[in-house]
Amino acid sequence: MSTEQKPAKEGLFSKKNRALLIDPLNSNNPITVQVLGICSALAITVKLKPAIVMGLSVLVVTTMANLITSLMRNMIPNRIRIIVQLVVVAALVILVDQVLKAFVYDVSKQLSVFVGLIITNCIIMGRIEAFSLGNTPWKSVLDGLGNGAAYGGILIIVAFFRELLGNGTLLDYPVVDMLGLYDFGYKNNGMMLLPPMALIVVALIIWVQRAKTPSLIEKD
Amino acid sequence: MKFIQNIFDATRPAVTTGKLKPLYPLHNALETMMFVPDHNAHSGAHVRDAIDLKRTMVTVIFALVPALIFGIFNGGYQHYKALGLLNDAMGWGQFFTVDNFLFGAWKIVPMIAVTYMAGLGVEIYFAGINKHPVNEGFLVSGLLIPMTMPIDMPLWMVAISTIFAVLIGKEVFGGTGMNLLNPALTARAFAFFAYPSFMSGDKVWINTTTEAGQAVVDGFSGATALGQYATSGTTTFSAWDAFLGLIPGSIGETSTLLIVLGGIYLIATGIGSWKIMAGSTLGAIAMGLIFNAAAPHMLTEAQQNFMSIPFYYHLVFGSWAFATVFMATDPVSAAHTERGKWIYGFLVGFLGIMIRVFNPAYPEGMMLAILFMNVMAPLIDHYVVNANIQKRLKRAKA
Repeated sequence: MSTEQKPAKEGLFSKKNRALLIDPLNSNNPITVQVLGICSALAITVKLKPAIVMGLSVLVVTTMANLITSLMRNMIPNRIRIIVQLVVVAALVILVDQVLKAFVYDVSKQLSVFVGLIITNCIIMGRIEAFSLGNTPWKSVLDGLGNGAAYGGILIIVAFFRELLGNGTLLDYPVVDMLGLYDFGYKNNGMMLLPPMALIVVALIIWVQRAKTPSLIEKD
Repeated sequence: MKFIQNIFDATRPAVTTGKLKPLYPLHNALETMMFVPDHNAHSGAHVRDAIDLKRTMVTVIFALVPALIFGIFNGGYQHYKALGLLNDAMGWGQFFTVDNFLFGAWKIVPMIAVTYMAGLGVEIYFAGINKHPVNEGFLVSGLLIPMTMPIDMPLWMVAISTIFAVLIGKEVFGGTGMNLLNPALTARAFAFFAYPSFMSGDKVWINTTTEAGQAVVDGFSGATALGQYATSGTTTFSAWDAFLGLIPGSIGETSTLLIVLGGIYLIATGIGSWKIMAGSTLGAIAMGLIFNAAAPHMLTEAQQNFMSIPFYYHLVFGSWAFATVFMATDPVSAAHTERGKWIYGFLVGFLGIMIRVFNPAYPEGMMLAILFMNVMAPLIDHYVVNANIQKRLKRAKA
């Protein structure tokens, strides 16, 4: 990771800064490469809509948490930094939870405990510990945006396949029914709705990603 | 035979160096199936043995064939019996009829063909990617998969289950010999959880539609013996019929007699492990006896009845025999140490009967028990090997 004191002034979207935003989307993906945040990826990907809301919530929380901790990084005593991080993340999660309850109550009910559990999402604590405590606010925001988007992206891909194949719908819109596949004897795949299938879909995504990105493959 | 050899010789350059390279595994598989390969050993010592993978697999297929033929007859027999076209007094004369065979074959042969096409398609594709010849491992899986399915299973579901099993159950681990789970059971488990309404309940085991596709027998219940036990605690089938196989069920599982014959053949040829089969028998009997002892203390009457049936009923109803002889003995996914095979087999039988009785939603507990023990097999082996090391260390110290 880059250090904070730079002799020369860096552009807002310099090559390094763009890498902060883009790397998590592929070569340093929090779910498929670092294998973090798996539990929520299994739990809330049965349908597309909760997955999108969850992805957005985590995106907001990582970005804001990164920004706030980065602003405070020189004031936080090292010994109690975890407590401070937790307070920041918890406050943000409560905010997000209240917003969800106010505006998308049905989705908030589906997500139930998993919104509260964003606090324990390894990705958020990991980004604060590894990045924002040692970097300037702007870089931390980019890093948070990149990681949040990467998490949400994988969530949406998994939920897309699980809802389409398991329920025959997309965002509760009966796609398979519209295509008339049921008339040919097509049936929804109940296995897709069970948690193990989320794990297998994530594994298949990892497989495809590694096949396309040789730098991720271990040497031996 | 010369002209077939000529075809292979003529097409060889195209698939080894020419444009059709991806088809080499297919070419190689077909050629070695028909002719003895002409490659020689180049160096070093070699073990010469009549038993190779291909011979092993073919032996298992021979052991499966009687149960399969019976399953084909039974498919037609159950169908015509449900339609009320059979007369009970005629006995075996109405079981081994051309009609029964044709009806069963009409349903089952396409299923076998689809399984082989789907499974071998994936195998050949991966053989092309990994640049190794197609493995014979799928020959048995491809016959086992349809034999574990109900007769009315739609073909595309069979195909998807097979592809899933070969891809996720086998190829991602590195192909035949590296798989953690039994591929045939992976296919069945996938079908069971993905399409439960086609794999369980009392409607799927007997075909009750006419050739035109109309359901002729409304409200006909074709529950399996275990299904009946789970709902009412009794069954209308006799243990003798179940032993012979004249009951509804998955295609290959009904005839305990022929499965036992297949098992004896496997043991005699040294292909199947008698320790696993014996272990599973002991486990099933032990669990059955425990249930008999515990039955009076159960709360519901259905459960009391189900648990108090004699232990040998468990050996003839449902898939216990088929699973024990053909599924649990899979040499790749079973335990490898000799003592481990006893433990593995015992727990397969023990857990299988336990799941079957305790959880009415999964009357086929054997499938889940074997998959579970497949995962546990390396652990069993680990402790058996360690125990041996400890024993020898102690002896060395003394």
